[in-house]
Amino acid sequence: MSCSRRNFLKDAAGAAFVSSLPLSAFVILTTEEAKAAVAAATVRWGYLVDTNKCTGCGMCVKACKNENEIPYDAPVTRTWVERYVVTKDGTTHIDSPDGGRDGFTSDKIRDEEVDPENIAKAFFVPKLCNQCDNPACVQVCPVGATYKTEDGVVLIDREWCIGCGYCIMACPYGVRFFHPDHKVADKCNFCYHRITKGMMPACVESCAFGARRLANLRDPDDPVTKIITTERVAVLKDEYGTKPHVFYLGLDNNVR
Amino acid sequence: MKRHVLHPLWVAVGVVGLIFLARLVLVPDDFGVHGDSFTYNYYRLGNIDEWKNFPVKYQGSDTCVECHKDNVRTHRRSPHKRVQCENCHGPAASHPDDIEYLPLNRERAMCLRCHADLDYPESSARSNLPAIVDRHHKRRRECVTCHNPHDPREDVE
Repeated sequence: MSCSRRNFLKDAAGAAFVSSLPLSAFVILTTEEAKAAVAAATVRWGYLVDTNKCTGCGMCVKACKNENEIPYDAPVTRTWVERYVVTKDGTTHIDSPDGGRDGFTSDKIRDEEVDPENIAKAFFVPKLCNQCDNPACVQVCPVGATYKTEDGVVLIDREWCIGCGYCIMACPYGVRFFHPDHKVADKCNFCYHRITKGMMPACVESCAFGARRLANLRDPDDPVTKIITTERVAVLKDEYGTKPHVFYLGLDNNVR
Repeated sequence: MKRHVLHPLWVAVGVVGLIFLARLVLVPDDFGVHGDSFTYNYYRLGNIDEWKNFPVKYQGSDTCVECHKDNVRTHRRSPHKRVQCENCHGPAASHPDDIEYLPLNRERAMCLRCHADLDYPESSARSNLPAIVDRHHKRRRECVTCHNPHDPREDVE
């Protein structure tokens, strides 16, 4: 068998090209499958938080706990509201008693009195799962119990989760927790059972001030998508490369 | 080959075979890659429907209007119109079929969520709401004894 240098190089280049192709390049979709793939891509859920409008009433946290059957008095919650009080000397006071479930009715922060004359700015920041495009929590799951759906929401399979807690450690936003009843990891899923029926998430529904809103980022006519695409919005911890899909209006540098 | 080499080899092959057999039995058929990424779309497909079938509790005020026309009308004219019915009345889940009366929250703490004075600068959204200092204003009385929550501009007779 002879093999010229020319032929060898040719074949080697061809082999390198073919082996670099992903397996999916060889899959031939049926018409239905192709249609389904395109149709599913018409929804990508996103979320807009307007921190300028949040008054810290905590109705969202209460509604979330009731809607999603999260034990009401357990120190876990799928969404929470943080209070930031920045004094004139530059110190930031932060608290979130019970995740803001009962609102913020006292001006004491962690039992500390802050002189109102001395406050430079004060605001509330609601937090929830960012439904990242590159979710770190999904990458670390050893059993495939958490995953990203076609419409961008990260879900947890309660039947499949073994409760190892890797995802809870991996989330840079700290939105995951261990569900005390189901003994599995749990987190916000934008009320997947509601948004897939055309309803709003419980937190959005219960917000009296329009501080929390849901967006379909694939629909250019969606009013909330318009705000996200045309106004100046920010995301949390952009530097982690997780591509979060909860956008914030009026985000302050003190918010981490 | 000698027996002492072949014997452990068969044991190893058997163990691997058992693992594959167990996988065949234990892993559901719909478990696999559903999407374009092995990293993010490796899951049990049936779980999506399980989440979609999770029971809805908050029904929205459009459901309330079917029976409670008067109250909803008063409420929708008032400055409280932005507050959802179920925020104070609780989730309507199976009302009125299973639960005849919703557990109405009349507590002072309910109103204080928005109306407790925190004395923050004007840039704070909270400072734009009418507020009371809890310890100075009619202590320990329910707000609803004087103020009509459906329309706070009206006093309760």
